[in-house]
Amino acid sequence: MGNEEALFFSRVLTELTLSFHIIYATIGVGIPLMIMIAQWVGIKKNDEHYILLARRWARGFVITVAVGVVTGTAIGLQLSLLWPNFMELAGNVIALPLFMETFAFFFEAIFLGIYLYTWDRFENQKKHLLLLIPVAIGASFSAVFITIVNAFMNAPQGFDLVNGELININPLLAMFNPAMPTKVAHVVVTAYMTSAFVLASIAAFRLLKGSNHVYHKKALFLTMKLGLIFSIAAAIIGDFSGKYLAEYQPEKLAAAEWHFETEENASLIMYGILDDGEVKYAIEIPYALSILAHGNPFEEVIGLDQFSEDEIPPLYIHYLFDIMVTIGMGLAFLSALYVFAKWRNWSFVQTKWFRWLIVAGGPLAMIAIEAGWWMAEVGRQPWVLRGIMRTEDAATSSGQVDIMLVLFAGLYLILGVGSVVVLRRMFKRNPVEQEIEDRRKEQGGGIK
Amino acid sequence: MTLTLEIIGISVLWMFLFGYVIVASIDFGAGFFNAYNTLTRREHILTNIIQRYLSPVWEVTNVFLVFFFVGVIGFFPKTAFYYGTTLLVPASIAIILLALRGSYYAFATYGTNGHKGYTFMYGITGLFIPASLSTVLTISEGGFISMVNGNPVLDYWALFTSPLTWSIVVLSIVAVLYISAVFLTWYANKAGDHSATELLRKYALIWALPTMVTAAGIIFELRGHNPEHYNRILDLWWVFGLSFLLFVGTVWLIWNRQKYGLAFGLLAGQFALAFFGYGISHYPFLLYPYLTIYDSFTNEAMAIALIVAFIAGLGLLLPSLYLLLRLFLFNKDYVSGKKDNHA
Ligand code: HDD
Ligand code: HEM
Ligand code: HEM
Repeated sequence: MGNEEALFFSRVLTELTLSFHIIYATIGVGIPLMIMIAQWVGIKKNDEHYILLARRWARGFVITVAVGVVTGTAIGLQLSLLWPNFMELAGNVIALPLFMETFAFFFEAIFLGIYLYTWDRFENQKKHLLLLIPVAIGASFSAVFITIVNAFMNAPQGFDLVNGELININPLLAMFNPAMPTKVAHVVVTAYMTSAFVLASIAAFRLLKGSNHVYHKKALFLTMKLGLIFSIAAAIIGDFSGKYLAEYQPEKLAAAEWHFETEENASLIMYGILDDGEVKYAIEIPYALSILAHGNPFEEVIGLDQFSEDEIPPLYIHYLFDIMVTIGMGLAFLSALYVFAKWRNWSFVQTKWFRWLIVAGGPLAMIAIEAGWWMAEVGRQPWVLRGIMRTEDAATSSGQVDIMLVLFAGLYLILGVGSVVVLRRMFKRNPVEQEIEDRRKEQGGGIK
Repeated sequence: MTLTLEIIGISVLWMFLFGYVIVASIDFGAGFFNAYNTLTRREHILTNIIQRYLSPVWEVTNVFLVFFFVGVIGFFPKTAFYYGTTLLVPASIAIILLALRGSYYAFATYGTNGHKGYTFMYGITGLFIPASLSTVLTISEGGFISMVNGNPVLDYWALFTSPLTWSIVVLSIVAVLYISAVFLTWYANKAGDHSATELLRKYALIWALPTMVTAAGIIFELRGHNPEHYNRILDLWWVFGLSFLLFVGTVWLIWNRQKYGLAFGLLAGQFALAFFGYGISHYPFLLYPYLTIYDSFTNEAMAIALIVAFIAGLGLLLPSLYLLLRLFLFNKDYVSGKKDNHA
């Protein structure tokens, strides 16, 4: 196998592992916060339904965490196995957040074990809730630290490269690179947002499937409110991400927006297709690109004409950008409508078609996550470390990557199917109506 | 050997690897015993004990491993180039097995009420994982990697036909079973489960001698394969001698059904001495003869940053680990199954 082949298969395997891991990782980052909020509301309102909500979410969470942990272990090792040259350089400069991430994992893993096995062990529910705080912090900080590494790949700094030698290394400067604030904030907030919509999806689905229990209604209202808050935050921070790109990675922004000529008063191109270098069927919003890039409708936005042919990322990232933004706006609108209608007591939100829209929300948010990552990562090409190391120079020289790709694809298939089957079975066997009934018997009343 | 940053770095990593070896061995061995007993229709004796111990801690076990391989890249980035390129196949296989095992453990424990096929897979992977991971130790002895056009290449044929490889594989499996049996004897005894204690005690005694024999066999193999390392091991004979004395102590206690907790303590000491003796005699090489801890070391700024992060992290970690152990390992009600507070 020549090196082009090794490169090709390493790429595919990395993309596959990361795209699979991110599904579980996103849930892993967001759900602990949701559990925490539900349990807290339950304690505050003295409402057993919310507590039960927290408990059932926690049970499902165990399954997704397990897959998150094992696929994360896979990508952690694969980075060294597939991109040894990159990791050698990265190890010298950006190892600190990677190392700190393992402490976040430790912290999360330990307290998750404790939290799961101490239900009803404390007289005071609040003590049990306290145990969840380190879980939520650990999970969010895993995302923070790994995203810092990724931010470094987009905006490397904190070292000098002189004749191939790394000197003047400053690990903290490398961590606090220009890409870091927007990237970390956007990733964490979209994880919360996605988790909220995934849980809302489930509640809506149960309501559609005949259970009219108030438990699901409470769950739906709570998660839609959270979804609204986080989707607005995601859009605002997404806007800042655009401004970051305009300043530090203009080629990525230009490729995502099909902005070919450097110009002032730049308009934003939504949708459309690219036909022989011609943009067709697109919606043009005047001045909007200048606003996204600089917050000023008249400013100049750098176009692709400023870059040499071999440094322009693939132009298909435009579609990915559209998918992400459309879904983001759509979900913000959907949740706003729901919350507003609830407040005004409008009944259309209880119709079937509206609930189906909410059911679609969870999977759509996950698609937005995937599209966003693909846009960000493909938009960095041809660089693995922007301006420093090209992806093709980073790959392994090993000849067996193709077989490993097949093996891992099989593994993810098993894990994906397995986790869905187990989750379904787990909740089917123990429907909420029955659990409420059981608990009432146990406690002699209390739950309605 | 003075206390340089390199030494601190490798010691920290070696310590965590040791932690992984012990906790993972308990896990792997437990899975195997459980499967074996299911096969011989005696599962009721062990399953309870094993599940009680494993459930709250399995994720923590995994993090020990992650800590090690992330830390290696941090402290010794050049290892990414040598080991990353050559370990693709063995490491990938280990990851896949670990992934299947870890996730299916969670699936079965929390999701369903167990399935026989799964129990066997869980038992078997528990032996294959240490076997595949242990080949890294073999490769580190040198002689299996050559440089072709400036890139390291692993010679699989030499690796799989070397007696050294197979003796290390056998040791890893036998040691897993021994460590696990000794620990679980103690745990079952604490739980007051008499029949499980007796069965596990028997396993501990069965696997004690093979552990010693294979360990000695490896030292013998090294004489031919890597004389330099062999001679350094002989220089440290007293470390291995002490380790052997602790081993005798463990076996004696278990034989006489006394102080199982102390027996496990001695076992931990035995393996710690052997593990560190092996590590020190390996010094300064990470990979014979290409890579030492000195020429692969990261820059000073990063090393100091990592060590500071490590100390801070440990400050967070140790109290939490203590809490975990107190709530589950040393809690009478939990261990003996009087309380079940699972979500
Ligand atoms: C639910 C998911 C989701 C939603 C609704 C949005 N995003 Fe996003 N976006 C992501 C999920 C995401 C992500 C997966 O988290 C990315 C990929 C890499 C990253 O840093 O975050 C991302 C990256 C990303 C980038 C590239 C950053 C970079 O490469 O450094 C920009 C410019 C935006 N987003 C902008 C937006 C805007 C203007 C949105 C308006 C609604 C938006 N995003 C909604
Ligand atoms: C988890 C969400 C992520 C997804 C879905 C993702 C996806 C991708 C994709 C699609 C590419 C390939 C681009 C191309 O070749 O055209 C890529 C490249 C890469 N990514 Fe990411 N990425 C993610 C996060 C990260 C993070 C956090 C890191 C670093 C710590 C990282 C490390 C890499 C490396 C080393 C490459 C180079 C290999 C290549 O270009 O194919 N990725 N990623
Ligand atoms: C930005 C994208 C990523 C996010 C948000 C993320 C987040 C997480 C989270 C929350 C977990 C814990 C599992 C859970 O609770 O579900 C996890 C596991 C893991 N992730 Fe990722 N991750 C990302 C990408 C990566 C990458 C690129 C690597 C490789 C360095 C990686 C390495 C790991 C490892 C090693 C684990 C397992 C830790 C353990 O054993 O507990 N992750 N990730």
